[in-house]
Amino acid sequence: MFLTPQPMHIPDGFLSIMVDLLLWIAAIIAVGYSLKRVGQDIGERQVPLMGVLAAAIFAGQMLNFTVAGGTSGHLMGAAIATILVGPWAAILVMTSVVAVQALIFQDGGLLVLGANIFNMAVVGVAVSFVTYHAIRKLAGGRNWGIFVGGFIAGWLSVEITALAVALELALSGTSPANIAIPAMGGIHALIGIGEGLITLGALAFLYASRPDLIKQGEERPNGGAAIWIVGILIAIGLAFVAPWASSHPDGLERVAEQYGFLETAQAPTYSILPDYIFPGISNEAAATVLAGVIGILLVFGAAAGVAYARRKRQISS
Amino acid sequence: MHIHFLDPYKPRPSLVHEFDPRIKFVLTVAFILTTALTPPAAWPVYILLLAVVLAVAMLSELGLPYVLKRSLIAIPFVLAALPIIFTMEGPTLLSFDLGPWTISLSQTGLERFISIALKSWISVQAAIILAASTPFPELLQAMRAVKIPRLLVAIFGLMWRYLFVLVDEALRLLRARSARSGKGDLTHSKSGGSVVWRARVAGGMAGSLLLRGIERSDRIYNAMLARGYDGEVRAIPLPAIRTNHWFVLFVGLLILVILLTLSYIIFA
Repeated sequence: MFLTPQPMHIPDGFLSIMVDLLLWIAAIIAVGYSLKRVGQDIGERQVPLMGVLAAAIFAGQMLNFTVAGGTSGHLMGAAIATILVGPWAAILVMTSVVAVQALIFQDGGLLVLGANIFNMAVVGVAVSFVTYHAIRKLAGGRNWGIFVGGFIAGWLSVEITALAVALELALSGTSPANIAIPAMGGIHALIGIGEGLITLGALAFLYASRPDLIKQGEERPNGGAAIWIVGILIAIGLAFVAPWASSHPDGLERVAEQYGFLETAQAPTYSILPDYIFPGISNEAAATVLAGVIGILLVFGAAAGVAYARRKRQISS
Repeated sequence: MHIHFLDPYKPRPSLVHEFDPRIKFVLTVAFILTTALTPPAAWPVYILLLAVVLAVAMLSELGLPYVLKRSLIAIPFVLAALPIIFTMEGPTLLSFDLGPWTISLSQTGLERFISIALKSWISVQAAIILAASTPFPELLQAMRAVKIPRLLVAIFGLMWRYLFVLVDEALRLLRARSARSGKGDLTHSKSGGSVVWRARVAGGMAGSLLLRGIERSDRIYNAMLARGYDGEVRAIPLPAIRTNHWFVLFVGLLILVILLTLSYIIFA
């Protein structure tokens, strides 16, 4: 597959159930609220726009440019989507991109889809929104705000998303915090520059050809204080928690243990039939052999079934 | 619908393909959930889960090589879990000196790493079979059936409809760029300018792709209105779920629950 192999889409099996569940709840709240806002403010007029924009961002992730030594810069798209259609519609657009990538292309897992939506759609968009609009305000309506804002929003959205991914992996006990966080943060500080530059280039193109689109995006309802507070909390929170966690990996583990994040990773806290050993399966080796035999029978059964069905089809045709 | 090289759906005359998409969707998610909940190092349970997914792959007549080849997609991510082999506490399997550091392989860490890799491999195969045996419009109807919001499913549907159009558009942009970026044999100068210049070109391509998308969406909206669009994307409803499909659902869920219970009894 030539789809971008960014280490951003978490596959199934990498998050503990507790972390997964919490991120699903956060993602459902954010997407549900965005659906409500988009439904109220702009309605069904937006459905084709959001659908096609999601398709364009998916396709845009294929556009790349070579940086050096075989590495290349890619587009994630949260920043440009936020700038063009406002935060609520952008959350839905990015949710669609991430969901279709998981459902169709197995880029990211199904069960951890909530986490991937949270990282790329919610964190990515919230960080982009806060950064872009803060810099626009700073520029006081002058044009450099659009371009500087776009570049920094692109860079920061990738960097903070990467920190969120690393933190979730560390909380799940899948990757040690003191390795995962500096590694993800470091790599994505560079990858983010690519994102920033492409966002900048795209904004320059759109500013030259359809400046009204960039203006429109700004006039889109932005939810007032709520998204500012949430966005700033996410950006600052992750920017501070991540370095802290990476320098105190034991501290993070303590937190994870306290709140039961590691429960599936370590021995479960409850046991349905304690101290009971399945009769006849007295030890692990025997159970493994038995499972192997059942497994082989199952696969051969399926193969025989397929062969039988094929023969029947041949005879009947 | 549009046939495209990216579309993972592969029509086959198999039981799995003919199965009701709603039940396939629910069973796939339940299967992946079971895999995620299985405790680490419960090897017999992993073997059974793997056997189930391989058996379904064979029944689907997609061909094992296809499923196995595609399942390699999650491999790069496994690197993220690699360090736990060395950092987890627990009995040490092996330790050696590397300059000033002592590197030790921990048994718990190794078990955990293999468990994560296996879980993710088994799960991704289940997702591949679902995507390759179910046309996306049917998956959309399955999503509606499990009460995913209408507006969201409508956006997924439109995204899917225009995905291939815009991917073709992106490929045309890339082809045009390669055509313009020819490099003469005689000059040894690097083609394509500085990194920032290349990024600007890619950015311009992304901008024009987004613009083409946005302008296309205007035309699409007008065409939809002309055909009586009122906010609901209508499709021919799926037939009622057959009794034997309900039966498969219940047996499937029961087996998964039993497997999970056993894994907790034996390995907890």
